[in-house]
Amino acid sequence: MQTRRAQGIEIRAANNEGSAIFRVSEASNRPAPLCRKEGFVVREAAAPSGYAWYLAIGEKARNAIFPAEASIAYLPEVFSHISDGDVVRISPERKSVNVLFQHNARHHAFLLTERCNNYCLMCSQPPRDVNDDHIFHDLMRAIPLVDRATHEIGFTGGEPTLLNDKLIALIRHCQAYLPTTGLHILTNGRAFSDPLFTQRFADIQHHDLMFGIPVYSDLSERHDYVVQADGAFDETIRGILNLKRNGLMVEIRVVVHKQTFDRLPQLARFIARNLTFVDQVVWMGLEMTGFARANLEDLWIDPLDYQPQLVEAVEYLAASRIKTSVYNHQLCITDYRLWSFAKKSISDWKNEYMPECEGCEKRNECAGFFSSAKFRYSNHISPINSMGTGGMRCAPV
Amino acid sequence: MSKFAALENYQGGRGQRYHLLPLRFTALDADRYVLSNFVGEYYVLPKASAHDFFEHRLSPNSPMYDELKSRHFLMDDDSDVAIDLLALKTRTKYSRLPNFTGLHLFVVTLRCEHSCPYCQVSRQNDDKADFDMSVEYANLSLDLVFRSPSPNLKIEFQGGEPLLNFPLIQHIINEAKRRNEIAKRNLGFVIATTLALISDEILSFCREHHVHISTSLDGPADLHNRNRPRPGSDSYQKAITGIERVRSALGRDQVSAVMTTTSASLNCPIEIIDEYVAREFHGIFLRPLSPYGFAVKTKWFAAYDAQEWLDFYFKGLDYIINLNRQGLHFTEFYAATILAKMLTPFQPGYVDLMSPAGIGIGALVYNYDGSVYASDESRMLAEMGDQTFRLGTVRDSYETLIGSDALLDPIEASFAGSVPMCSTCTFEPYCGSDPVYHHAMQGDFVGHKARSGFCQRNMSIFRGLISRMEADPETRQIFLRWANR
Repeated sequence: MQTRRAQGIEIRAANNEGSAIFRVSEASNRPAPLCRKEGFVVREAAAPSGYAWYLAIGEKARNAIFPAEASIAYLPEVFSHISDGDVVRISPERKSVNVLFQHNARHHAFLLTERCNNYCLMCSQPPRDVNDDHIFHDLMRAIPLVDRATHEIGFTGGEPTLLNDKLIALIRHCQAYLPTTGLHILTNGRAFSDPLFTQRFADIQHHDLMFGIPVYSDLSERHDYVVQADGAFDETIRGILNLKRNGLMVEIRVVVHKQTFDRLPQLARFIARNLTFVDQVVWMGLEMTGFARANLEDLWIDPLDYQPQLVEAVEYLAASRIKTSVYNHQLCITDYRLWSFAKKSISDWKNEYMPECEGCEKRNECAGFFSSAKFRYSNHISPINSMGTGGMRCAPV
Repeated sequence: MSKFAALENYQGGRGQRYHLLPLRFTALDADRYVLSNFVGEYYVLPKASAHDFFEHRLSPNSPMYDELKSRHFLMDDDSDVAIDLLALKTRTKYSRLPNFTGLHLFVVTLRCEHSCPYCQVSRQNDDKADFDMSVEYANLSLDLVFRSPSPNLKIEFQGGEPLLNFPLIQHIINEAKRRNEIAKRNLGFVIATTLALISDEILSFCREHHVHISTSLDGPADLHNRNRPRPGSDSYQKAITGIERVRSALGRDQVSAVMTTTSASLNCPIEIIDEYVAREFHGIFLRPLSPYGFAVKTKWFAAYDAQEWLDFYFKGLDYIINLNRQGLHFTEFYAATILAKMLTPFQPGYVDLMSPAGIGIGALVYNYDGSVYASDESRMLAEMGDQTFRLGTVRDSYETLIGSDALLDPIEASFAGSVPMCSTCTFEPYCGSDPVYHHAMQGDFVGHKARSGFCQRNMSIFRGLISRMEADPETRQIFLRWANR
């Protein structure tokens, strides 16, 4: 696990300009005009002059000799992953550091707000009704610093559409500064039940803009229960219709747990029949964090026990020629018929393996676990190798 | 956990106050009804439960409540997005209509070197050039083809044996491609041929222009040769060697075959299917004879009735289902067309199973003599002296032909959604209206469905397909694959 933010950091700022957001460099021969806007990672004694900021990481760096008048943040060893191309925010008055963008990560996700109009039973990021406009403003500063070769970035929340006009401004900003980067926005889709609001997103004409929208059941009351919001199902479905009417891309995300698993085949049929034009459907394992822990009894089902429903759902969509994938599932407890749909999907800073994985030959192809899974995971995890075929038993090796 | 409300708090809208959405139903067997809605979703349930449902007595705790709600047979106070989705599915179902005609058949000659007794087009002996289409007619026909607004244009060469007039085929393809430089449509070509006259010269032209070949294969050699006589009694051998020559020259998917069922076929569905399997085709179209041309004159059409054909069909279908269980991906194409209507929101463009009827809208036929007909069957009927579906000539404008009473009257009269016995039929969403067939058999565009072989045949197939899916999940999965082929 990699630490991305911390408070109580020792910071020595050369001036009082509030928080700083800058790109990180490790190059020793960086042109001076760029150094003046960037931060330099100091791991040993050497600290070249001319940088706006110095990130002194670990004990050795404490004794480095810094240029006079340098702005310095002293970071603990857990930040040693910070490297060339990252974007970092340093806030002297709050004594905080925040790695906004990790250049060498597989997935790039930005949280836009903690506010939400759903209250999902298994929310991994429990909503808070706070004024967090500063997140948006930080992001507007960070986007132009992100490597323009970045393949895709994601926006999450909370509910990003609560930003309203600001979300549109942010997408335009990405379009302008990251013209080849794909955007993936995780939203409950309810705001798109307004056709005029939806059309404004189409008007941006972003070249690669995908909305990931959860649908938890073919039945309105069941979906509304999972998201704890009456009427949400109708708004979400209408939202998907409006997005597709406007030619925008939609991915349906289904989190599989005790409240959703039994109707997965019916949900697949409903999607194939009514929402056949969606761009893909993703079946996700439960992330054992946030509300999922609080509602453990109502949510936990061993993934091994819902494989029949998951197989039927995935095969229905595949036969219907709808692109579909399985995320966050470990191969040893995933029916072998689903292996070709299983993706290595977990953000690397959350990704781990369990002691039971020792000796598994499929480890490099397996999604592994969220680090939060230590709290609760399948009883059937076992290595896939010549000695055994993992918890599924029926899987060919 | 007081922060979270229980499921019951979200179920207030379920229950007695549910509304029935538009549906039709009929007995599937002694114990069950099958329900359908106008976008083609169906649900099978016990008769007693259906009565409870119709009379608003179905318990919200019944699992059937969930299935009926999910398929938009009922709507409750909890959600009304079903209306939006039904509207969307209706638009999807009819989305092909505004494109108008995509399939354009050119009868480049009525001459043929075969002398099949079941010939439905009344071919002529192959020395009379009077039965060839002229270059002038071909050019006028192409004017009409490119007047169709369809983004997809398929030109199919029919006969007789179209290869007997191959120079005209070459002219039409070259000319169509020249015009398409400006028109920019998805342009495709098909030659329907016995393959008896295929040559390297023809194959190299077909390769250059990506021409698809459609041929006839009725089954094993003795059956095929009995059905399709030609000098030398070598029709089967010509077809088989021709198929392999086409595959090797144009690619394995560039040739397809169709079979026609004769009374001699009825006893050997397995052997016929095995012939297609042995030739490594992906499927077969089990196709009955139609009441046109020599098939009527020679009484081959009357040699078996609808029930005999259905027995043959289902024996074949079950055999094919078993092939799929064994892991072979092999499709019965007629079932696949119907299953697409049952299991997907889309409507396939098969002319006989469209409503509004596919005549004119689905296909136009440019005959060798310059007449324009509403379908292949229409010109078959015309060769028997019945010009009912002759829309005009290639000298007429596209608007005149498409707007002609000869086309609009039968389309309007036969629309299945409004004709007696169809409008109330549970299976109407899966069926079509075939005004040419009913006119030929009963002298009426609509016809009395109780006496319609078309109706009897299709109703049995609809029931047969649904019953098989209800009985076995694996069959349903196989059918789902066929439907999305």
